[in-house]
Amino acid sequence: MTEMVHGAQAPHERESGLPEWWRTVDRLSIAAVFALFLIGMLLALAASPPLALDQGKPRFFYVERQAVYGIIGLAAMLYISTLSVKAARRWAVIGFVVVLVALALLPWLGTDYGKGAIRWYSFGLGSIQPSEFIKPLFAVTAAWLLAASTDIAGPPGRVISFIFAATIVGILVVQPDYGQAALIVASWTTIFFVGGAPKKLIITLGALVVGGGLLAYNTVAHVAKRIDGFLLAEIDPQTQIGYATTAIQDGGLFGVGIGRGSVKWTLPDAHTDFIIAVAAEEFGLIFTLVIIALFMFLTMRALLRLRRERDMFIRLSGVGLATVLGAQALINLGVAVRLLPAKGMTLPFVSYGGSSLLAAGIMMGLLMVMTRKRVQGDMGDILGGRV
Amino acid sequence: MDIRRPLRPLPRILKARAKGEDPDLVEAEERAARLRKQRTREKRRAELRLGLMATAFGLAFLAVGGKMGMVAMAEPEEPAARGQAAAIINSRANIVDRNGAILATNLRTASLYATPQDMADPLNAVDGLMAIFPDLDADRLLRDFTGNRKFVWVKRKLSPEQQQAVLDLGEPGLKVGPRELRLYPNGAFAAHILGGTRFGVEGVRSAELVGTAGVELEFDDYLRDPANDGQPLQLSVDLTVQSAMRQVLEGGMQLMNAKAATGVLLEANTGRIISMVSLPDFDPNHRPRPPVSGDPADSPLFNRAAQGTYELGSTFKIFTAAQALESGVANPDTMINTRGPLRWRSFTINDFHDYGARLSLRDVIVHSSNTGVARLAAGMGGEAQQAFLGQLGLLEKLPLELPETRRSAPLLPRRWSEISTMTISYGQGIAVTPVHLAAAYAAMVNGGLRVVPTLLNDVEMPTEVDRVISESTSYALRDMLRQVVVRGTASLGDVEGYLVGGKTGSADKPNPQGAYYEDKVIGTFAAAFPMNNPQYVLVVSLDEPNIDVLGEERRTAGWTAVPVAAEIIRRIAPLLGLRPHAGNETPQAPILLSSN
Repeated sequence: MTEMVHGAQAPHERESGLPEWWRTVDRLSIAAVFALFLIGMLLALAASPPLALDQGKPRFFYVERQAVYGIIGLAAMLYISTLSVKAARRWAVIGFVVVLVALALLPWLGTDYGKGAIRWYSFGLGSIQPSEFIKPLFAVTAAWLLAASTDIAGPPGRVISFIFAATIVGILVVQPDYGQAALIVASWTTIFFVGGAPKKLIITLGALVVGGGLLAYNTVAHVAKRIDGFLLAEIDPQTQIGYATTAIQDGGLFGVGIGRGSVKWTLPDAHTDFIIAVAAEEFGLIFTLVIIALFMFLTMRALLRLRRERDMFIRLSGVGLATVLGAQALINLGVAVRLLPAKGMTLPFVSYGGSSLLAAGIMMGLLMVMTRKRVQGDMGDILGGRV
Repeated sequence: MDIRRPLRPLPRILKARAKGEDPDLVEAEERAARLRKQRTREKRRAELRLGLMATAFGLAFLAVGGKMGMVAMAEPEEPAARGQAAAIINSRANIVDRNGAILATNLRTASLYATPQDMADPLNAVDGLMAIFPDLDADRLLRDFTGNRKFVWVKRKLSPEQQQAVLDLGEPGLKVGPRELRLYPNGAFAAHILGGTRFGVEGVRSAELVGTAGVELEFDDYLRDPANDGQPLQLSVDLTVQSAMRQVLEGGMQLMNAKAATGVLLEANTGRIISMVSLPDFDPNHRPRPPVSGDPADSPLFNRAAQGTYELGSTFKIFTAAQALESGVANPDTMINTRGPLRWRSFTINDFHDYGARLSLRDVIVHSSNTGVARLAAGMGGEAQQAFLGQLGLLEKLPLELPETRRSAPLLPRRWSEISTMTISYGQGIAVTPVHLAAAYAAMVNGGLRVVPTLLNDVEMPTEVDRVISESTSYALRDMLRQVVVRGTASLGDVEGYLVGGKTGSADKPNPQGAYYEDKVIGTFAAAFPMNNPQYVLVVSLDEPNIDVLGEERRTAGWTAVPVAAEIIRRIAPLLGLRPHAGNETPQAPILLSSN
């Protein structure tokens, strides 16, 4: 009976090792992730040399680093995807606690690299941005707590996970990093939504989000400035958004040609937050639509696969992880085409950034654990057919 | 829901007990069944909500892709800047004179700024700029252009030639933005009235113009208010008269070796100021910085006509005479004791000449007898004098539309003692601005109505409410003032056909020690014309004049301020449209004072 409870494997003889992994893992999604990483490498070749030269580093400094971090990230993804749900959950929860402490200590031990927000731990070799790692780990932890709370006489997981979410959002807002805070809110909300949030509460929360947004707009100067800049019809060509828009326009359908783009010379965040602008300028609209389609595929496929999942925890953590991935991509892309106000947000697997690449690998690895094929006890499984 | 179904249903428990089974197993079974049901329900709900989420994400990605397509396929537009620059209100109204001639307007010019991140060659840019603007600081420019700054103002105002030269440098990081400039086409001629402007909020596309002094500051809100739709601010000043007055006054100042000069011309019946000159002055197009050392009252920025208070000497005697006539103490023919010297405790009052034991009141004014007016004023008392001068507005700040006037109240004796009364009767021990004096004289000669000096064209005429002296008193004063010019101390002030009347004043200048200089005076002539029906009041004041006449050094107003005033009247009376009166005076050789 206990195997029916959360987090348990289906009670059948375990087929071991690689063949099982290969048969059950979402191979198409892994292929899509590899495709995104390769696109990211291609774009790094285009976008990062100007910055590297500007900083007096070797021309391909950032390309090399992206390759190294990317491969580590992909390896992490593959390794994590082989873990059992239990092991994945355990490590994610432990990791979550560690990263949460690291995040909370940032104001005292972190550095802002002169960018105004203290988001990084500086090490000799490089730096780590805990807020990138907290997202997937939080999603799994919150899912675990919420799933447990649906058990008869289970723990008050909703309240606990909400307190965690609020704490993290609080820390991120103080930094300030509203983009990452929005992702935390989004993942908790979707987990709660799919985990059985009452309709009344959904409506109330929706109202609260709108209200909070208005409050931030009215009280925090730089948020208001960005939102205003976004809402105003005319674009100042001297802003990041202005450069990005010009770049997308110049690219047209097929782009101006590899290496011929100019936006990378003017846009300081060309290799991170505005990588899509470089892609649009040099490779054109069709190429960017492919990138968008890949993210859309990853997100939707994960969500649709989770519909079959009968285990509450797996379903919920899958939802949280897919939301983080999808929402992060949407925010990054939405900013570049001015559907959203400017927010510092990387494009998973494509943008340059060690923390971002590694965290994306962990996130996809965990998602791959959750979306693995399992015996779900429905007719197909019972009849022994291959699903 | 089956919440009400107990986990231990009694019938089953009883049955289990009867069979000797563990009743807890029943509960576990019940619990498992319930959980199974719940999970099925949850899964069904989750399937629906996951479907909704997948749809929502799908739509969001489609929206992003669609927008990407729209942006990429859009016709590239000429980039247009936005933001606060457009919000700078940049329609400062013109200032015009009483005839609508432009006194201050806006000129479209350019400003130069740099965006160092766009610079091709900062070194070359600095060299090029230094060749065009030698006054710039090369080291500082180089530092700005090679540092981290993203935006650097280089020059606020560019001439078209400079603009072309900058553009010819071909440096993409040097940019030129449009900018409006406040222009005073007539230069220094009305500097103290107009004041000046500076740039307020500055943007790349325009800059705010903010008044710093004069009417530019006083009417700043009006001038900047877009609701006025460019309606100009109309002043009472007459451009041609102001120009002529300044020209003559400048020449007179040089000829009389004075260190400063002031001229005020106002309409006797309304108080509207037609001309107000304070020399030395400045060009409001290049307003100098306030001096950091020395007496600010010696700065060209200082408005001596409306801001500076001076002891204006014997010009005040007419007020004593007016007070005496008005109160019935005397008539123009009443004989006054003018025996000198007049001693009061340790104080001695002397006349410039000895005029004998007695003079009529008229002749006391004509010959400017200190002892005569001092005795008269002492007889009437300090309180009455204070009340009378107060009625004329001589004891309060000038109610003129210039911010500078609010900083200078008349200097009055701390205690209005009897000796104060005596000295004030001939204009020592009280300091007012020349505009104060002009406005008070207007009331003396216009029939007795007090006027408020103003720089605006639209004013209300004074009414009986403003009466300070009777008409008959005013007529008597006109006669006295005319006599001063015909046969008294201001004989050089007669201008043929314009029936000038007035009173001279040569006041000793106070020195910093609190006493008076022996050899420094302020020579003032307060005049009105034409005396048969006075239209205008003119006050001319020279600071430390000194002229050599036939080997004799002259400082008194009759030799200095009076001939300058006469020349001014000769020049401006035709400009004011006054017809010369048929000659009933002996012609005089004109004294030419203008500098060119």
